[in-house]
Amino acid sequence: MNCGVCTAICPAAEFYDYDPRDICNVLMSKDEEKIEDLLKGDKIWHCGQCLSCKTRCPRGNVPGLLISLLREVSIRVGLFTESEEGRRQYAIKKTLGENIINSGYCVHVMHVKPHLHPEQGPVWKWYFDNAEEVADRQGGNYNKEGSGALRKINDENLKDLRRIFEVTGGKDFYDQIDKQSKVKAVQLKKNITDNVDDNEYFYHVYKDKSQKQ
Amino acid sequence: MSKQYWKDYQSAVAEDNYYYERSCIRQSFFTGSEEIFLKIVKDVLKKDIVDDMNLHTCSGIGYYSGVVPLDTTMTVVARLFALMTEAGYKNFVPSCITSFGLVNEMVDMWHHFPDKLEEIKGYLKEATGKEFEMPENIVHPCDIIYKNRKALKEKMKYSLTNVKTGKPLQVVEHIGCHYAKIFPRQVKGGAEFPQVLVGMIQEWGGEVVDYPERRHCCGFGFSQYLVLANRGYSAANSKKKFESMQPFKPDFILTNCPGCNMFMDRWQYTISETEGITYDDHKRGIPVLTYEELTGLLLGYNPWDLGLQVHQVQVEPLLDKIGIEYDPKDKYVGKTGKQLKEPEKPMNLKV
Repeated sequence: MNCGVCTAICPAAEFYDYDPRDICNVLMSKDEEKIEDLLKGDKIWHCGQCLSCKTRCPRGNVPGLLISLLREVSIRVGLFTESEEGRRQYAIKKTLGENIINSGYCVHVMHVKPHLHPEQGPVWKWYFDNAEEVADRQGGNYNKEGSGALRKINDENLKDLRRIFEVTGGKDFYDQIDKQSKVKAVQLKKNITDNVDDNEYFYHVYKDKSQKQ
Repeated sequence: MSKQYWKDYQSAVAEDNYYYERSCIRQSFFTGSEEIFLKIVKDVLKKDIVDDMNLHTCSGIGYYSGVVPLDTTMTVVARLFALMTEAGYKNFVPSCITSFGLVNEMVDMWHHFPDKLEEIKGYLKEATGKEFEMPENIVHPCDIIYKNRKALKEKMKYSLTNVKTGKPLQVVEHIGCHYAKIFPRQVKGGAEFPQVLVGMIQEWGGEVVDYPERRHCCGFGFSQYLVLANRGYSAANSKKKFESMQPFKPDFILTNCPGCNMFMDRWQYTISETEGITYDDHKRGIPVLTYEELTGLLLGYNPWDLGLQVHQVQVEPLLDKIGIEYDPKDKYVGKTGKQLKEPEKPMNLKV
Protein backbone atom coordinates (compact mmCIF):
# COMPACT_ATOMS: atom_id res chain seq x y z
CA MET A 1 0.00 0.00 0.00
CA ASN A 2 1.62 3.23 -1.07
CA CYS A 3 -1.24 5.51 -2.09
CA GLY A 4 -0.01 8.60 -0.18
CA VAL A 5 -3.48 9.63 0.97
CA CYS A 6 -1.98 10.22 4.45
CA THR A 7 0.53 12.68 2.98
CA ALA A 8 -2.16 14.37 0.91
CA ILE A 9 -4.29 15.11 4.00
CA CYS A 10 -1.41 15.86 6.40
CA PRO A 11 -1.11 19.48 7.68
CA ALA A 12 2.54 18.85 8.62
CA ALA A 13 3.37 17.63 5.09
CA GLU A 14 2.05 20.95 3.82
CA PHE A 15 4.20 22.95 6.23
CA TYR A 16 7.44 20.96 6.53
CA ASP A 17 9.63 18.89 4.22
CA TYR A 18 7.87 15.83 5.58
CA ASP A 19 6.07 12.79 4.16
CA PRO A 20 4.31 10.26 6.44
CA ARG A 21 3.99 7.79 3.54
CA ASP A 22 7.76 7.78 3.16
CA ILE A 23 8.24 7.10 6.89
CA CYS A 24 5.88 4.10 6.65
CA ASN A 25 7.86 2.84 3.66
CA VAL A 26 11.11 3.00 5.63
CA LEU A 27 9.54 1.07 8.51
CA MET A 28 8.16 -1.60 6.17
CA SER A 29 11.56 -1.97 4.48
CA LYS A 30 12.98 -3.27 7.82
CA ASP A 31 16.26 -1.63 6.79
CA GLU A 32 17.82 -0.96 10.19
CA GLU A 33 20.23 1.65 8.89
CA LYS A 34 17.39 3.70 7.39
CA ILE A 35 15.27 3.26 10.50
CA GLU A 36 18.17 4.49 12.63
CA ASP A 37 18.41 7.53 10.36
CA LEU A 38 14.75 8.24 11.13
CA LEU A 39 15.36 7.91 14.87
CA LYS A 40 18.18 10.45 14.80
CA GLY A 41 16.64 12.80 12.25
CA ASP A 42 14.19 15.70 12.35
CA LYS A 43 11.37 14.16 10.33
CA ILE A 44 9.62 12.06 12.99
CA TRP A 45 9.25 15.21 15.11
CA HIS A 46 7.32 17.14 12.45
CA CYS A 47 4.02 15.23 12.91
CA GLY A 48 1.34 17.35 14.64
CA GLN A 49 -0.63 14.29 15.86
CA CYS A 50 -3.94 15.55 14.46
CA LEU A 51 -4.44 11.95 13.26
CA SER A 52 -6.12 13.01 10.02
CA CYS A 53 -4.15 10.08 8.56
CA LYS A 54 -6.22 7.73 10.75
CA THR A 55 -9.41 8.98 9.16
CA ARG A 56 -8.16 8.65 5.64
CA CYS A 57 -5.99 5.54 5.33
CA PRO A 58 -7.95 3.10 3.14
CA ARG A 59 -6.26 0.18 4.95
CA GLY A 60 -6.92 1.45 8.46
CA ASN A 61 -3.27 2.20 9.20
CA VAL A 62 -2.24 5.12 11.40
CA PRO A 63 1.07 6.72 10.34
CA GLY A 64 0.71 9.27 13.18
CA LEU A 65 0.74 6.53 15.82
CA LEU A 66 3.65 4.72 14.14
CA ILE A 67 5.48 8.01 14.48
CA SER A 68 4.55 8.14 18.19
CA LEU A 69 6.25 4.78 18.62
CA LEU A 70 9.32 5.91 16.66
CA ARG A 71 9.57 8.95 18.94
CA GLU A 72 9.35 6.74 22.02
CA VAL A 73 12.08 4.44 20.67
CA SER A 74 14.24 7.44 19.68
CA ILE A 75 14.18 8.62 23.29
CA ARG A 76 14.70 5.16 24.79
CA VAL A 77 17.82 4.50 22.67
CA GLY A 78 19.11 8.03 23.16
CA LEU A 79 19.08 9.11 19.51
CA PHE A 80 16.61 11.98 19.95
CA THR A 81 19.39 14.43 20.85
CA GLU A 82 21.03 13.85 17.46
CA SER A 83 18.48 16.09 15.75
CA GLU A 84 17.49 19.70 16.34
CA GLU A 85 13.79 18.77 16.50
CA GLY A 86 14.35 15.75 18.73
CA ARG A 87 16.32 17.83 21.24
CA ARG A 88 13.18 19.92 21.85
CA GLN A 89 11.75 17.02 23.89
CA TYR A 90 13.85 18.31 26.78
CA ALA A 91 11.99 21.63 26.70
CA ILE A 92 8.63 19.84 26.54
CA LYS A 93 9.59 17.59 29.43
CA LYS A 94 10.58 20.67 31.48
CA THR A 95 7.50 22.78 30.69
CA LEU A 96 4.82 20.10 30.48
CA GLY A 97 6.08 16.67 31.55
CA GLU A 98 7.19 17.81 34.99
CA ASN A 99 3.85 19.55 35.56
CA ILE A 100 2.10 16.18 35.58
CA ILE A 101 4.02 14.69 38.48
CA ASN A 102 4.50 17.97 40.35
CA SER A 103 0.95 19.32 40.15
CA GLY A 104 -1.31 16.64 38.61
CA TYR A 105 -2.01 18.86 35.60
CA CYS A 106 -0.43 18.83 32.14
CA VAL A 107 -1.30 22.51 31.99
CA HIS A 108 -2.56 24.91 34.64
CA VAL A 109 -2.82 28.70 34.58
CA MET A 110 0.33 28.97 36.72
CA HIS A 111 2.35 27.00 34.12
CA VAL A 112 1.61 29.21 31.11
CA LYS A 113 4.16 31.92 31.88
CA PRO A 114 3.71 35.02 29.74
CA HIS A 115 7.45 35.43 29.04
CA LEU A 116 7.48 31.95 27.44
CA HIS A 117 4.17 32.60 25.66
CA PRO A 118 4.18 36.05 24.01
CA GLU A 119 1.48 34.81 21.61
CA GLN A 120 -0.97 34.56 24.52
CA GLY A 121 -1.32 38.35 24.56
CA PRO A 122 -2.20 40.94 27.21
CA VAL A 123 -5.50 39.40 28.33
CA TRP A 124 -3.69 36.19 29.26
CA LYS A 125 -1.08 38.19 31.19
CA TRP A 126 -3.96 39.87 33.02
CA TYR A 127 -5.47 36.46 33.86
CA PHE A 128 -2.07 35.10 34.93
CA ASP A 129 -1.40 38.12 37.17
CA ASN A 130 -4.87 38.00 38.78
CA ALA A 131 -5.42 34.25 38.55
CA GLU A 132 -7.30 33.55 41.79
CA GLU A 133 -9.63 36.55 41.45
CA VAL A 134 -10.41 35.81 37.79
CA ALA A 135 -10.67 32.01 38.01
CA ASP A 136 -12.87 32.06 41.10
CA ARG A 137 -15.14 34.72 39.57
CA GLN A 138 -15.86 32.09 36.90
CA GLY A 139 -16.66 29.46 39.54
CA GLY A 140 -13.13 28.06 39.92
CA ASN A 141 -11.39 26.94 43.12
CA TYR A 142 -7.93 28.24 42.33
CA ASN A 143 -5.16 26.23 44.04
CA LYS A 144 -7.38 25.40 47.01
CA GLU A 145 -8.40 22.07 48.53
CA GLY A 146 -11.62 20.36 47.42
CA SER A 147 -13.28 19.98 44.04
CA GLY A 148 -13.65 22.51 41.25
CA ALA A 149 -11.68 23.95 38.37
CA LEU A 150 -7.96 24.60 38.95
CA ARG A 151 -8.14 23.17 42.49
CA LYS A 152 -5.00 21.95 44.26
CA ILE A 153 -4.67 18.24 43.60
CA ASN A 154 -4.09 16.61 46.96
CA ASP A 155 -1.05 14.59 48.06
CA GLU A 156 -2.83 11.21 47.96
CA ASN A 157 -3.70 11.61 44.29
CA LEU A 158 -0.28 12.99 43.41
CA LYS A 159 1.34 10.06 45.20
CA ASP A 160 -0.63 7.61 43.05
CA LEU A 161 0.27 9.51 39.90
CA ARG A 162 3.98 9.45 40.78
CA ARG A 163 3.82 5.74 41.59
CA ILE A 164 2.24 5.10 38.18
CA PHE A 165 5.17 6.90 36.56
CA GLU A 166 7.64 4.80 38.60
CA VAL A 167 5.96 1.44 37.97
CA THR A 168 5.29 1.91 34.25
CA GLY A 169 8.64 3.42 33.27
CA GLY A 170 7.43 7.00 32.87
CA LYS A 171 9.94 8.26 35.44
CA ASP A 172 12.81 6.39 33.77
CA PHE A 173 11.69 7.94 30.48
CA TYR A 174 11.92 11.44 31.99
CA ASP A 175 15.33 10.57 33.46
CA GLN A 176 16.52 9.37 30.06
CA ILE A 177 15.47 12.69 28.46
CA ASP A 178 17.41 14.56 31.16
CA LYS A 179 20.47 12.31 31.02
CA GLN A 180 20.89 12.43 27.23
CA SER A 181 20.15 16.15 27.14
CA LYS A 182 22.90 16.84 29.67
CA VAL A 183 25.37 14.93 27.48
CA LYS A 184 24.28 16.94 24.44
CA ALA A 185 24.41 20.22 26.34
CA VAL A 186 28.07 19.57 27.16
CA GLN A 187 28.79 18.78 23.50
CA LEU A 188 27.07 21.99 22.42
CA LYS A 189 28.80 23.96 25.19
CA LYS A 190 25.47 25.13 26.64
CA ASN A 191 24.90 25.53 30.37
CA ILE A 192 22.16 23.19 31.69
CA THR A 193 20.56 23.42 35.15
CA ASP A 194 17.42 22.02 36.77
CA ASN A 195 15.91 25.49 36.91
CA VAL A 196 14.35 26.70 33.64
CA ASP A 197 15.04 30.41 34.18
CA ASP A 198 18.85 30.27 33.98
CA ASN A 199 19.06 27.16 31.78
CA GLU A 200 20.87 28.07 28.55
CA TYR A 201 20.29 24.66 26.95
CA PHE A 202 16.56 24.87 27.70
CA TYR A 203 16.20 28.21 25.94
CA HIS A 204 18.31 26.96 23.04
CA VAL A 205 16.07 23.95 22.35
CA TYR A 206 12.91 25.91 23.19
CA LYS A 207 13.31 28.80 20.80
CA ASP A 208 16.30 28.57 18.45
CA LYS A 209 15.84 27.40 14.88
CA SER A 210 18.74 26.84 12.51
CA GLN A 211 18.76 28.28 9.02
CA LYS A 212 18.65 24.82 7.43
CA GLN A 213 15.04 24.53 8.53
CA MET B 1 -27.67 3.80 6.31
CA SER B 2 -27.71 7.39 7.56
CA LYS B 3 -30.79 6.64 9.69
CA GLN B 4 -28.95 3.74 11.30
CA TYR B 5 -25.97 6.02 12.05
CA TRP B 6 -28.33 8.46 13.68
CA LYS B 7 -29.88 5.73 15.85
CA ASP B 8 -26.49 4.36 16.87
CA TYR B 9 -25.25 7.82 17.73
CA GLN B 10 -28.29 8.72 19.83
CA SER B 11 -28.11 5.49 21.80
CA ALA B 12 -24.41 6.12 22.41
CA VAL B 13 -25.14 9.27 24.42
CA ALA B 14 -26.15 8.21 27.92
CA GLU B 15 -29.30 9.83 29.34
CA ASP B 16 -28.08 10.54 32.86
CA ASN B 17 -25.55 9.77 35.63
CA TYR B 18 -22.36 11.23 34.26
CA TYR B 19 -18.81 11.08 35.63
CA TYR B 20 -17.20 14.35 34.53
CA GLU B 21 -13.49 14.37 33.78
CA ARG B 22 -12.09 17.89 33.81
CA SER B 23 -9.75 19.16 31.11
CA CYS B 24 -6.39 20.80 31.91
CA ILE B 25 -6.76 23.12 28.93
CA ARG B 26 -10.44 23.98 29.38
CA GLN B 27 -10.04 24.62 33.14
CA SER B 28 -7.07 26.86 32.53
CA PHE B 29 -8.13 28.89 29.52
CA PHE B 30 -11.94 28.76 29.78
CA THR B 31 -12.54 28.14 33.46
CA GLY B 32 -16.12 29.34 33.30
CA SER B 33 -17.00 26.86 30.55
CA GLU B 34 -16.61 23.82 32.77
CA GLU B 35 -18.54 25.48 35.59
CA ILE B 36 -21.47 26.52 33.40
CA PHE B 37 -21.64 23.07 31.82
CA LEU B 38 -21.98 21.46 35.26
CA LYS B 39 -24.56 24.05 36.27
CA ILE B 40 -26.63 23.49 33.10
CA VAL B 41 -26.60 19.70 33.49
CA LYS B 42 -27.54 19.86 37.19
CA ASP B 43 -29.80 22.90 37.43
CA VAL B 44 -31.35 23.23 33.97
CA LEU B 45 -31.47 19.64 32.68
CA LYS B 46 -31.88 18.19 36.22
CA LYS B 47 -29.44 15.35 35.60
CA ASP B 48 -26.85 13.75 37.84
CA ILE B 49 -23.19 14.58 37.17
CA VAL B 50 -20.27 14.22 39.56
CA ASP B 51 -17.27 16.56 39.84
CA ASP B 52 -14.68 14.39 41.61
CA MET B 53 -11.95 16.17 43.61
CA ASN B 54 -9.64 13.16 43.09
CA LEU B 55 -9.30 13.69 39.36
CA HIS B 56 -6.02 14.56 37.68
CA THR B 57 -4.72 15.00 34.16
CA CYS B 58 -5.23 12.21 31.61
CA SER B 59 -1.61 12.94 30.49
CA GLY B 60 -2.86 13.11 26.89
CA ILE B 61 -0.91 16.20 25.89
CA GLY B 62 2.23 14.57 27.27
CA TYR B 63 1.49 11.39 25.30
CA TYR B 64 0.75 13.11 21.98
CA SER B 65 3.79 15.37 22.39
CA GLY B 66 6.03 12.36 22.97
CA VAL B 67 7.21 12.86 26.57
CA VAL B 68 4.91 10.36 28.31
CA PRO B 69 5.23 6.75 27.12
CA LEU B 70 2.24 4.63 26.13
CA ASP B 71 2.15 2.28 29.15
CA THR B 72 2.25 5.23 31.55
CA THR B 73 -0.54 7.00 29.68
CA MET B 74 -2.66 3.85 29.67
CA THR B 75 -2.22 3.42 33.41
CA VAL B 76 -3.08 7.07 34.10
CA VAL B 77 -6.28 6.58 32.08
CA ALA B 78 -6.90 3.34 34.01
CA ARG B 79 -6.71 5.30 37.29
CA LEU B 80 -9.30 7.76 35.99
CA PHE B 81 -11.57 4.81 35.18
CA ALA B 82 -10.89 3.40 38.67
CA LEU B 83 -12.00 6.70 40.23
CA MET B 84 -15.19 6.51 38.15
CA THR B 85 -15.75 2.91 39.27
CA GLU B 86 -15.21 3.84 42.93
CA ALA B 87 -17.70 6.70 42.59
CA GLY B 88 -20.30 4.23 41.26
CA TYR B 89 -20.60 5.62 37.72
CA LYS B 90 -20.38 4.05 34.26
CA ASN B 91 -20.71 7.02 31.92
CA PHE B 92 -17.34 8.72 31.43
CA VAL B 93 -17.59 12.34 30.23
CA PRO B 94 -14.19 13.86 29.36
CA SER B 95 -14.31 17.64 29.01
CA CYS B 96 -11.28 17.80 26.73
CA ILE B 97 -11.26 16.70 23.11
CA THR B 98 -7.72 15.41 23.62
CA SER B 99 -8.98 13.27 26.52
CA PHE B 100 -11.98 12.12 24.51
CA GLY B 101 -9.73 10.91 21.69
CA LEU B 102 -7.20 9.47 24.11
CA VAL B 103 -9.56 7.37 26.23
CA ASN B 104 -11.26 6.05 23.10
CA GLU B 105 -7.85 5.18 21.66
CA MET B 106 -6.79 3.37 24.84
CA VAL B 107 -10.07 1.42 25.05
CA ASP B 108 -9.76 0.50 21.37
CA MET B 109 -6.19 -0.73 21.86
CA TRP B 110 -7.25 -2.80 24.87
CA HIS B 111 -10.03 -4.29 22.78
CA HIS B 112 -7.55 -5.38 20.10
CA PHE B 113 -4.79 -6.36 22.55
CA PRO B 114 -6.41 -7.89 25.67
CA ASP B 115 -3.00 -8.94 27.00
CA LYS B 116 -2.06 -5.26 27.18
CA LEU B 117 -5.20 -4.56 29.19
CA GLU B 118 -4.20 -7.25 31.70
CA GLU B 119 -0.70 -5.76 31.90
CA ILE B 120 -2.12 -2.29 32.59
CA LYS B 121 -4.47 -3.67 35.26
CA GLY B 122 -1.38 -5.13 36.91
CA TYR B 123 0.49 -1.82 36.75
CA LEU B 124 -2.47 0.03 38.25
CA LYS B 125 -2.87 -2.46 41.07
CA GLU B 126 0.84 -2.37 41.86
CA ALA B 127 1.08 1.42 41.76
CA THR B 128 -2.18 2.37 43.48
CA GLY B 129 -3.96 -0.77 44.75
CA LYS B 130 -6.92 0.20 42.56
CA GLU B 131 -9.04 -1.78 40.12
CA PHE B 132 -11.36 -0.52 37.42
CA GLU B 133 -14.27 -1.39 35.21
CA MET B 134 -14.49 -0.21 31.63
CA PRO B 135 -16.98 2.63 31.06
CA GLU B 136 -20.23 1.62 29.43
CA ASN B 137 -20.37 4.97 27.68
CA ILE B 138 -17.70 7.50 26.75
CA VAL B 139 -19.44 10.68 25.74
CA HIS B 140 -18.19 14.18 25.16
CA PRO B 141 -20.09 16.97 26.99
CA CYS B 142 -20.88 18.66 23.66
CA ASP B 143 -22.95 15.59 22.76
CA ILE B 144 -24.97 16.01 25.96
CA ILE B 145 -25.73 19.63 25.07
CA TYR B 146 -26.52 18.58 21.48
CA LYS B 147 -28.83 15.81 22.64
CA ASN B 148 -30.72 18.29 24.84
CA ARG B 149 -30.60 21.25 22.46
CA LYS B 150 -34.38 21.40 21.99
CA ALA B 151 -35.09 21.28 25.74
CA LEU B 152 -32.46 23.97 26.31
CA LYS B 153 -33.95 26.15 23.56
CA GLU B 154 -37.22 26.32 25.47
CA LYS B 155 -35.40 27.93 28.39
CA MET B 156 -33.28 30.35 26.38
CA LYS B 157 -33.68 34.13 26.67
CA TYR B 158 -31.86 34.86 23.42
CA SER B 159 -31.41 33.33 19.97
CA LEU B 160 -28.71 33.49 17.31
CA THR B 161 -30.48 36.32 15.52
CA ASN B 162 -29.08 39.75 14.82
CA VAL B 163 -31.48 41.96 16.78
CA LYS B 164 -30.81 44.93 14.48
CA THR B 165 -31.36 43.17 11.14
CA GLY B 166 -33.56 40.26 12.21
CA LYS B 167 -31.31 37.92 10.22
CA PRO B 168 -29.66 34.72 11.50
CA LEU B 169 -26.09 35.09 12.70
CA GLN B 170 -23.46 33.48 10.48
CA VAL B 171 -21.48 30.95 12.50
CA VAL B 172 -18.29 29.06 11.72
CA GLU B 173 -18.20 25.75 13.58
CA HIS B 174 -14.82 24.18 14.23
CA ILE B 175 -14.58 20.58 15.43
CA GLY B 176 -11.44 19.41 17.23
CA CYS B 177 -9.53 16.77 15.25
CA HIS B 178 -9.52 14.22 18.08
CA TYR B 179 -13.32 14.36 18.36
CA ALA B 180 -14.17 13.04 14.90
CA LYS B 181 -11.01 12.10 13.01
CA ILE B 182 -9.76 9.19 15.14
CA PHE B 183 -13.04 7.29 15.41
CA PRO B 184 -15.37 8.96 12.87
CA ARG B 185 -18.01 6.22 13.07
CA GLN B 186 -18.71 7.15 16.68
CA VAL B 187 -19.72 10.66 15.64
CA LYS B 188 -22.94 11.62 13.91
CA GLY B 189 -21.93 12.86 10.49
CA GLY B 190 -18.45 11.30 10.73
CA ALA B 191 -15.27 13.31 10.17
CA GLU B 192 -16.65 15.31 7.23
CA PHE B 193 -20.07 16.39 8.49
CA PRO B 194 -20.11 16.19 12.29
CA GLN B 195 -23.50 17.45 13.38
CA VAL B 196 -22.89 18.29 17.01
CA LEU B 197 -22.20 22.04 16.69
CA VAL B 198 -24.27 22.39 13.50
CA GLY B 199 -27.28 21.08 15.42
CA MET B 200 -26.85 23.62 18.22
CA ILE B 201 -26.36 26.54 15.80
CA GLN B 202 -29.35 25.70 13.64
CA GLU B 203 -31.66 24.84 16.54
CA TRP B 204 -30.85 28.11 18.27
CA GLY B 205 -31.49 30.30 15.21
CA GLY B 206 -28.12 30.70 13.48
CA GLU B 207 -26.81 29.71 10.07
CA VAL B 208 -23.71 27.60 9.58
CA VAL B 209 -20.94 28.94 7.34
CA ASP B 210 -19.64 26.31 4.93
CA TYR B 211 -16.15 27.33 3.88
CA PRO B 212 -13.31 25.50 2.10
CA GLU B 213 -11.00 24.80 5.05
CA ARG B 214 -13.79 23.89 7.44
CA ARG B 215 -12.24 20.57 8.53
CA HIS B 216 -8.63 21.72 8.58
CA CYS B 217 -6.78 21.36 11.89
CA CYS B 218 -6.43 24.49 14.09
CA GLY B 219 -2.72 23.68 14.15
CA PHE B 220 -2.10 22.84 17.81
CA GLY B 221 0.26 20.07 16.75
CA PHE B 222 1.09 19.23 20.42
CA SER B 223 4.92 19.28 20.33
CA GLN B 224 4.73 21.90 17.55
CA TYR B 225 3.01 24.54 19.71
CA LEU B 226 4.77 23.59 22.94
CA VAL B 227 8.10 25.08 21.87
CA LEU B 228 8.44 28.67 20.72
CA ALA B 229 10.58 27.65 17.73
CA ASN B 230 7.71 25.71 16.09
CA ARG B 231 4.69 27.87 16.86
CA GLY B 232 4.78 29.05 13.26
CA TYR B 233 3.29 25.66 12.34
CA SER B 234 0.37 26.25 14.64
CA ALA B 235 -0.24 29.86 13.55
CA ALA B 236 0.04 28.96 9.84
CA ASN B 237 -2.71 26.35 10.13
CA SER B 238 -5.11 28.74 11.88
CA LYS B 239 -4.22 31.47 9.36
CA LYS B 240 -5.18 29.17 6.51
CA LYS B 241 -8.61 28.74 8.12
CA PHE B 242 -9.10 32.47 8.83
CA GLU B 243 -8.29 33.39 5.23
CA SER B 244 -10.73 30.78 4.01
CA MET B 245 -13.62 31.84 6.28
CA GLN B 246 -13.09 35.62 5.98
CA PRO B 247 -15.08 36.15 2.72
CA PHE B 248 -18.17 34.68 4.43
CA LYS B 249 -18.02 37.37 7.16
CA PRO B 250 -18.77 35.09 10.11
CA ASP B 251 -20.21 36.70 13.24
CA PHE B 252 -18.32 34.25 15.44
CA ILE B 253 -16.55 30.89 15.58
CA LEU B 254 -17.93 28.07 17.75
CA THR B 255 -15.69 25.23 18.95
CA ASN B 256 -16.02 21.98 20.89
CA CYS B 257 -12.29 21.71 21.68
CA PRO B 258 -10.74 24.06 24.26
CA GLY B 259 -7.35 23.96 22.55
CA CYS B 260 -8.80 24.95 19.18
CA ASN B 261 -10.73 27.73 20.89
CA MET B 262 -7.64 29.16 22.53
CA PHE B 263 -5.53 28.94 19.36
CA MET B 264 -8.12 30.51 17.08
CA ASP B 265 -8.46 33.35 19.59
CA ARG B 266 -4.74 33.91 20.26
CA TRP B 267 -3.52 33.47 16.67
CA GLN B 268 -5.87 36.24 15.55
CA TYR B 269 -4.11 38.46 18.10
CA THR B 270 -0.64 37.31 16.99
CA ILE B 271 -1.35 37.73 13.27
CA SER B 272 -2.83 41.15 13.94
CA GLU B 273 0.18 42.28 15.96
CA THR B 274 2.81 40.86 13.61
CA GLU B 275 1.21 41.44 10.20
CA GLY B 276 -1.50 44.02 10.88
CA ILE B 277 -4.15 41.64 9.52
CA THR B 278 -7.55 41.06 11.09
CA TYR B 279 -10.30 38.93 9.63
CA ASP B 280 -13.32 41.17 10.11
CA ASP B 281 -14.26 44.62 8.77
CA HIS B 282 -13.66 46.51 12.01
CA LYS B 283 -10.12 45.43 13.07
CA ARG B 284 -11.61 43.67 16.09
CA GLY B 285 -11.22 40.03 14.97
CA ILE B 286 -13.79 37.22 14.93
CA PRO B 287 -14.94 36.23 18.44
CA VAL B 288 -14.40 32.55 19.31
CA LEU B 289 -16.79 30.89 21.78
CA THR B 290 -16.89 27.50 23.43
CA TYR B 291 -20.22 25.67 23.08
CA GLU B 292 -20.67 25.94 26.87
CA GLU B 293 -20.22 29.72 26.74
CA LEU B 294 -22.73 29.98 23.91
CA THR B 295 -25.29 27.85 25.74
CA GLY B 296 -24.83 29.87 28.93
CA LEU B 297 -25.10 33.18 27.08
CA LEU B 298 -28.36 32.23 25.34
CA LEU B 299 -29.76 30.98 28.65
CA GLY B 300 -29.13 34.45 30.06
CA TYR B 301 -26.10 33.99 32.33
CA ASN B 302 -23.86 37.02 32.95
CA PRO B 303 -21.11 37.01 30.25
CA TRP B 304 -18.46 37.98 32.78
CA ASP B 305 -19.43 35.13 35.13
CA LEU B 306 -19.01 32.82 32.12
CA GLY B 307 -15.46 34.15 31.65
CA LEU B 308 -15.86 35.90 28.31
CA GLN B 309 -13.45 38.59 29.49
CA VAL B 310 -10.56 36.10 29.25
CA HIS B 311 -10.80 35.93 25.46
CA GLN B 312 -8.28 38.12 23.63
CA VAL B 313 -10.71 38.85 20.78
CA GLN B 314 -13.36 40.87 22.57
CA VAL B 315 -16.95 39.64 22.51
CA GLU B 316 -18.96 42.85 22.99
CA PRO B 317 -19.80 43.29 19.27
CA LEU B 318 -21.29 39.78 19.29
CA LEU B 319 -23.22 40.42 22.53
CA ASP B 320 -24.65 43.58 20.94
CA LYS B 321 -25.75 41.66 17.84
CA ILE B 322 -27.56 39.05 19.96
CA GLY B 323 -29.00 41.80 22.17
CA ILE B 324 -27.44 40.51 25.38
CA GLU B 325 -27.35 43.08 28.15
CA TYR B 326 -24.07 43.41 30.05
CA ASP B 327 -22.41 45.82 32.42
CA PRO B 328 -19.03 47.03 31.06
CA LYS B 329 -17.96 48.08 34.57
CA ASP B 330 -18.44 44.50 35.78
CA LYS B 331 -16.05 43.04 33.21
CA TYR B 332 -12.86 43.31 35.23
CA VAL B 333 -14.28 42.71 38.69
CA GLY B 334 -12.72 39.77 40.55
CA LYS B 335 -14.30 37.17 42.81
CA THR B 336 -13.87 39.32 45.93
CA GLY B 337 -15.51 42.31 44.24
CA LYS B 338 -12.17 44.01 43.66
CA GLN B 339 -11.97 46.17 40.53
CA LEU B 340 -8.92 44.79 38.75
CA LYS B 341 -6.63 46.89 36.59
CA GLU B 342 -7.59 46.37 32.95
CA PRO B 343 -5.36 44.36 30.59
CA GLU B 344 -3.01 46.32 28.36
CA LYS B 345 -4.33 47.11 24.90
CA PRO B 346 -2.83 45.38 21.85
CA MET B 347 -1.09 47.52 19.26
CA ASN B 348 -3.32 46.62 16.28
CA LEU B 349 -6.21 44.47 17.40
CA LYS B 350 -8.99 46.78 18.59
CA VAL B 351 -10.47 46.03 22.00
